[in-house]
Amino acid sequence: MDEVLVRTFADIVKVGAPIVLAAIGETITERSGVVNLSLDGSLVLSALAAFVAGISTDSVIIGILAGVSVGLAIALVVAVCSIELKLSQVAVGFVLTLLCRDLALFLGIPYRNAQVFPTTFLPIPVLKDIPVLGAIFFNQDLFTYLSFIAVIAAWWWLFRTKPGLTLRAVGERPQTAFARGVNVNALRYLYTAIGGGLVGLGGAAYTLGVLPTWSDTGVAGNGWIALAIVIFGGWYPLRVALGVYLVAGLRAIVTSVQAQVPPQVVELLNALPWLLMLLTLFIVSGPYLDRLLRVLPPRLHPLIRTVLRARPPSALGTIFEQEGRR
Amino acid sequence: MHVELRHITKTFGSVRANDALSLEFAEGRIYALLGENGAGKSTLMKILSGYQPPDSGTILIDGQVVTFQTPADALRCGIGMLHQDPLDVPNLTVLDNFMLGRREGLLPKRNAAREALAQQAGRLGFQLDPFRYVDSLTIGERQQLEIVRLLSLGARLLILDEPTTGISAEQKHALFSALKRLAAQEGMTIILVSHKLEDVAALCDEVYVLRGGKLVGHCQMPTPIEALVTLMFGQSLPRPTRSAHALGEEILRAEAVSLTARRLTVRDLSLSVRSGEVIGLAGLDGSGQSDFLRACAGLQALNSGRILLAGMPIHGKRYPELLRLGVAYAPSGRLEEGLVDGLTLTEHFALTAGNGMWINWRGAATLAAEQIARYNIRGAPHSPVQTLSGGNQQRALIALLPKNLRLLLLEDPTRGLDVESTAWVWQQLLARRDQGAAILFTSPDLDEIVTYSDRVLVFCEGKATLVTDLDDPSRNPVERLGELIGGKGFGGKDSWVAWRGGAAPR
Repeated sequence: MDEVLVRTFADIVKVGAPIVLAAIGETITERSGVVNLSLDGSLVLSALAAFVAGISTDSVIIGILAGVSVGLAIALVVAVCSIELKLSQVAVGFVLTLLCRDLALFLGIPYRNAQVFPTTFLPIPVLKDIPVLGAIFFNQDLFTYLSFIAVIAAWWWLFRTKPGLTLRAVGERPQTAFARGVNVNALRYLYTAIGGGLVGLGGAAYTLGVLPTWSDTGVAGNGWIALAIVIFGGWYPLRVALGVYLVAGLRAIVTSVQAQVPPQVVELLNALPWLLMLLTLFIVSGPYLDRLLRVLPPRLHPLIRTVLRARPPSALGTIFEQEGRR
Repeated sequence: MHVELRHITKTFGSVRANDALSLEFAEGRIYALLGENGAGKSTLMKILSGYQPPDSGTILIDGQVVTFQTPADALRCGIGMLHQDPLDVPNLTVLDNFMLGRREGLLPKRNAAREALAQQAGRLGFQLDPFRYVDSLTIGERQQLEIVRLLSLGARLLILDEPTTGISAEQKHALFSALKRLAAQEGMTIILVSHKLEDVAALCDEVYVLRGGKLVGHCQMPTPIEALVTLMFGQSLPRPTRSAHALGEEILRAEAVSLTARRLTVRDLSLSVRSGEVIGLAGLDGSGQSDFLRACAGLQALNSGRILLAGMPIHGKRYPELLRLGVAYAPSGRLEEGLVDGLTLTEHFALTAGNGMWINWRGAATLAAEQIARYNIRGAPHSPVQTLSGGNQQRALIALLPKNLRLLLLEDPTRGLDVESTAWVWQQLLARRDQGAAILFTSPDLDEIVTYSDRVLVFCEGKATLVTDLDDPSRNPVERLGELIGGKGFGGKDSWVAWRGGAAPR
């Protein structure tokens, strides 16, 4: 395979890692029925925290811990407000995302483009020598590997384990889960926290891996992309990851042709991922799927229905209260 | 397992839902818990199944006092509850639902669970595909899944809350025979919470009757239905009689209509309805009755043929236009389609009144108060509709129907209502008929169809057959409709008599 192409793919996987981490975190949170709309602000603030901690201790581990803690703390605020105080999850998330972003921009003034964090490049022996795939997947930094692990672990947990089944039930119909002996709100706390931690890790992946420095513009906005991709991916980890790489790939194409085309075209191309997502949503929901199925052989129908099954967790954003108890 | 409830009391605000109730349930017997809406049946069963703690009183299982913190606790003690709307997760597969809540390690034993599911289902005569998504099942199949699951988790006492609402006659037959077998052969205790007296007559050995939170009767079956009605309501309700009334000109005409229902296509349906006539649409759930109603309301497209309203084709007309022409459609999902969750009664009347830009709040409130009094709705103008009980929501829906109607299209108008509310609803509907409106309605209850219809359109396997001579004294009309509906899926009139348990034919 063409060496330039391989390098592009490797780049896509690397650049996509923070968004993958954040989107997987959000997927887990939303699967439990909680919307953490603070994602974007959370990503920016944890990126700053990770950068500051990392640069002042020269340790990537401490940087990661700082980022994860900030993401986790913000998620806990969302959890307390929505589960304990029964506030609107959307309102709390929105306010938090604006607050965290502005807080990060303010606190980050002294660190603006100050330094570059030395990235940890970790090629995996043996595996990196696999032709093509080795160069794309196993010749990367720590955060890229963590993003792979997050995707696979989330998929395995959700669809192959008992607690994962319980998690899905909590997000779909908490009353049922409760009737079957599940402590719904405790699980929601847990998965909101885990999701927030992954968002924090995503933030750290920006300032300690991809960028790797602190700038006002590098991180903000990517949280919204992650949120959109969670929907696009139908709350399935593998599809979410695929969505991230698609967006990252389109961005890579835009970057590479930037010099040859007029700026208006660049802006148009930048909008392409969103148009594609809209198109996918059109196909997945509504009468279009049936029309698509009509022209395909019936043998494929169950497969296509399974692949395109994309429904939000039914209890997403709702409050669970046990009736009859005071 | 012998279960005893002693002096159970539960109050909500100033309402005493359960007032020192003492009931006993013995092994291997089928009980009915009867009572009109608000009699305290649901509250008592929620206490017995661990959803709510009682304010005072005790539950004894085989002489031991037990307390339940959660429904899972109750199930561990052998008490399982099947809810009217089965408490499962629609967006998961049958197998996932079956496994959810089982106590086992990190990795589920899928194959073992699949075998257990197949074995339990087979034992009861149910067929459940483990890989189907639950949202593609009928209510009856979802009930079967819940029963299988509860039994596999060791339930020895099964509570069924209105299990025959929304399931087909076939599924009811399968359910009742499974329940009878469980009680007779395995010593299960079964409690049927219901206000359908014919179900009680067909299934139960003993009946407890609640009224106003108190236990007012405990009888062994068979007990005459009239006696049970007297216990439930304090007095016996007169049965509505079919009165002779004049028919007017033709209002609705269907010519060679073909339309697609959920499972099948109905072909070559022709019908002519005159004003003052009541047509019942009978058939197994999903045979096209509801779709035909929707088509008459302009809400569903026809494959071919046409429908005329007073001589005018309705093709291309939208529901608002038809509404102006005097057609009204009331769906069975009261809160899903008929009323707006979160709006008050006044707001509902404001919604239906006029098209102006501004709301006449005073007028709407006055109208709401008037209609509340007139239709005896238990609620205030400012009550959000979802806080009303099912019967009162239905009353509100009828109160919202426009004044001058020519054609009423009603989907299961008495779904989930008790005997008294059902009689009231029909009294209102027949008053509309006497003013010259024609009524088309669907119902899973053949007795209701036979009682109120002048003619019946039976939907079976894509065909619609018109039955006109319901008054023929030589044959039991319910039995006859049953045979037509059953088609090949049902074993003829003997099984109808069997599942009806010899309940007095009307």
